Amino acid sequence: MSAARKIWGFHGGVHPPENKHQSMQVPLRPAGIPPQLIVPLSQHLGAPAEPIVEVGQQVLKGQMIAEADGFISVPVHAPSSGVVLAIEDRAVPHSSGLTAPCVIIDCDGKDEWIEHHGIEDYTAMDKQALLQLIRNSGIAGMGGAGFPASVKLNVSPETPIETLIINGTECEPYITADDILMRERAQEIIQGACILRHLVNPAETVIGVEDNKPEGIAALQAAAEGTGIEIAVLPTKYPSGGEKQLIELLTGKQVPSGGLPSSVGIVCQNIGSTVAIYRAVVHGEPLISRITTLTGEAIQQPGNLEVLLGSPIEWLLEQVGYQAEQNNRLIMGGPMMGFSVTDLGAPVIKTTNCLLAPTESELPTPPPAQACIRCGMCAEACPASLLPQQLYWFAQGKEHEKLEAHNLFDCIECGACSYVCPSNIPLVQYYRASKAEIQQMRRDHAKSEHSRTRFEARQERIEREALAKEEQRKARKAAAEARAKAAAAGESEQDVIQAAIERAKNKKQQSADPAQAAIEKAKAARAAAADMSPEEKARSGLQKLLQRKQKSEEKLAQSREDGAADNVIEALEAGLAKLAEKIEAAEAEVAQYGPAEAAPAPEPTTDPAQAAIEKAKAARAAAANMSPEEKARNNLKKLLERKAKSEQKLAEGREDGTQEKVIEALEATIEKLAEKIETARAELAQFETSAEPAEVAVDPAQAAIDRAKAKRAAAAAAPPLSQREQLEQNQAAVEKRLQTAQDKLAEAEAEGSDKVEALRMSIDKLTTKLEQVRTDLAALED
Amino acid sequence: MNLYELIAAYPFLAAMLALVGLGAGFGALLGYAAVRFKTEGDPIADQINEILPQTQCGQCGYPGCRPYAEAIADGEAINRCPPGGESTIAQLADLLDVEAIPLDEEHGEEKEAAAVAYIREDECIGCTKCIQACPVDAILGAAKHMHTVISSECTGCDLCVDPCPVDCIDMISEPTTVQTWQWDLPSPRQSVDVIATDRAA
Repeated sequence: MSAARKIWGFHGGVHPPENKHQSMQVPLRPAGIPPQLIVPLSQHLGAPAEPIVEVGQQVLKGQMIAEADGFISVPVHAPSSGVVLAIEDRAVPHSSGLTAPCVIIDCDGKDEWIEHHGIEDYTAMDKQALLQLIRNSGIAGMGGAGFPASVKLNVSPETPIETLIINGTECEPYITADDILMRERAQEIIQGACILRHLVNPAETVIGVEDNKPEGIAALQAAAEGTGIEIAVLPTKYPSGGEKQLIELLTGKQVPSGGLPSSVGIVCQNIGSTVAIYRAVVHGEPLISRITTLTGEAIQQPGNLEVLLGSPIEWLLEQVGYQAEQNNRLIMGGPMMGFSVTDLGAPVIKTTNCLLAPTESELPTPPPAQACIRCGMCAEACPASLLPQQLYWFAQGKEHEKLEAHNLFDCIECGACSYVCPSNIPLVQYYRASKAEIQQMRRDHAKSEHSRTRFEARQERIEREALAKEEQRKARKAAAEARAKAAAAGESEQDVIQAAIERAKNKKQQSADPAQAAIEKAKAARAAAADMSPEEKARSGLQKLLQRKQKSEEKLAQSREDGAADNVIEALEAGLAKLAEKIEAAEAEVAQYGPAEAAPAPEPTTDPAQAAIEKAKAARAAAANMSPEEKARNNLKKLLERKAKSEQKLAEGREDGTQEKVIEALEATIEKLAEKIETARAELAQFETSAEPAEVAVDPAQAAIDRAKAKRAAAAAAPPLSQREQLEQNQAAVEKRLQTAQDKLAEAEAEGSDKVEALRMSIDKLTTKLEQVRTDLAALED
Repeated sequence: MNLYELIAAYPFLAAMLALVGLGAGFGALLGYAAVRFKTEGDPIADQINEILPQTQCGQCGYPGCRPYAEAIADGEAINRCPPGGESTIAQLADLLDVEAIPLDEEHGEEKEAAAVAYIREDECIGCTKCIQACPVDAILGAAKHMHTVISSECTGCDLCVDPCPVDCIDMISEPTTVQTWQWDLPSPRQSVDVIATDRAA
């Protein structure tokens, strides 16, 4: 069968003396039950198991005493019946020579099994349940590393497995545990391989065995007859038993750096683990014992023993005639990859495939290391095709980046480089230390990153809290201030608010329905017009036109002020021009009805039409009864009123910052009015002799007019005033007005009203007027 | 031809113009690049911060690793970080291309093994002072309740030890276990006289 398979090769490798015959002289024998078992909780790669027994508890053989803690972990079982004596730290077989937690069992010698039973037909069982069974049986790789078997076998359905490899190479010198297993339990190996084949469902199943075990190969081939399991015979070369090397030998595939064998469709299991899986599945027995080779010249009866896990090495060595004085150092594992055991109280664990007790002449203490002579033999020997010499230099210089660039982590620590080194440099130790250091730095960096994020999160939180506090403080302060203000200002503020509300309400009401208001207005106007004579109609028409003109002008001014579009302004101007024409026409019409009804002054009023009509009517009624003198007086009064209004407008315009044009126009109007007033006064002067008091009808020209009339009447009744007297009167009047204006200003200032500016302006004007009057008076007196 | 004549007529002016033109052109290009490819933050300070151990202990005299990283970027000495020790100094020296200098003992000594804070819980009075001092929020507790350190989060910065009014906080180095044990580099090669003539001499 082996002839059918092409055996590939791998780079490097060495041929150390095998020394396997010493331990193969006698068949496999049981080691027996030691008085005390020291069962470490960590016999595998990964997290230590968690003890589930108490001190003083009676345990049976095969009882679980510690359960798996995490995914990469396996449970531990009691290798024999007895009482738990202690759970404490004991020396364990580890290169560090440190202690680790162990369950100490005082054996009662009865070796009483816990109730257990195997599975009759594992093919009918769910694969995950089968994996769980393997996991619960505490099976870890028995070749050396002790990787949990169930984890390796748990391949996802997406990665099809092409080849299942059972590793029976046992390439390291001295060790014969797998060899004896093949010879004596070939059937169990083949059945175990069938279980694995069922689990991972590979295209082919191969058992790789080195050609230095012909008896084992023969036994396997006999047992494998008809199962389709292939036995591949490999040339003896160290380290063909390395997982990656074996895969390359059998399939020609290389496992990528940092990858797993399953990524190239291969699952690899040790032959010892395969038997353990068989016993767990078919007999229901957990992993509680293993075959250990006891060899070396310091051991009188070398051979392979089936040893209960946890058996103290010291006790075990006693069974085989160990001569401590001849032994230079006790090695667990082989001479290539093994490590020295310093404390003989340490127990046998799941990965203890060999205990080697050589004499000094057999395996001399390595001579002191000398300088690297750069011979390059290590590079030739390296099975991973690395550059050990370069790695050695980088390790010395702690150049971690370079080490990683030179694939330090692909080193399998086989020791081939150290074996060939003519300078006896412990190269592997350099690589192990460097690997450990790099891994530590990675862990440190991960931790520092974690700390950094936590620190930054904390800083952020503190800032956020401080900000929130500050905001709360501000809010409280503002609230307190508002309360204080409210307490101080009390009603006034409320009044202001009330007033604002009132204003808003009024505005709303006014603007609520402008259309409705316009309709009402129009209706009223029509009702009034119905009763009117043609003359009245003409007058009211004129009045309306004047009003419209007024509004248009206002709009125009507004538009200019707002910077409205040119076309809007033009339209308004055109509208104004048309209105002016209409007004002229209306005036002409009105003129036909007699001079008495001279065009009433275009009063800038927004009164409702009805009121205007009433006013006009009243004025006409009054005018009808008036003497020419009264008319003249009336005229003067009206002119004065208009002038006052214009001045007011001007003041407002200035205050509002109205356009200069508008102000200029207003000033011009005021000037014209002043001229007209002069004319009117001159006219009135003609009537001064007639002292008839005018009967004036009630007119919206109000009380002020009445007062003025009364004054004038008094003036008329009095002997004609000299110019000086007039001036004096004038002076008094102006002084009085000034006084009133000053009072008003004081009031406005107290209120903080916006009228202050306007009032000040009028006061200035009054002051200049007063001065004018005074100078006039002074000139007259001279 | 006219241009050539002009250049020939005014060689100095032409040279000046050419240089000024080049200067203006490249100036504009650089100015544009400075705006277009502007990098936020200080990349060097970020890289330094990556190297620092993030214990946030403040032994360097700065309030945390980030401020010290920024200070180093601005020219501060690289040997003021005791938790990082020689390896951090070496990495910083590598990054900044300066000479690695020994740790400034003034700011503390490098510790052999990383320690974590441990609160003797029977003695804790629940004052929360250590909680406020911890830069990475690794201490759990409330006022008048016992506090405890989440050891996986503790950076071993010592900042909680001083504020404790009852001195119930210890800094404990984690013991080496089989899981944490690491191989050491072989001890440096001693000069051994393997050559017979050397031994004779």
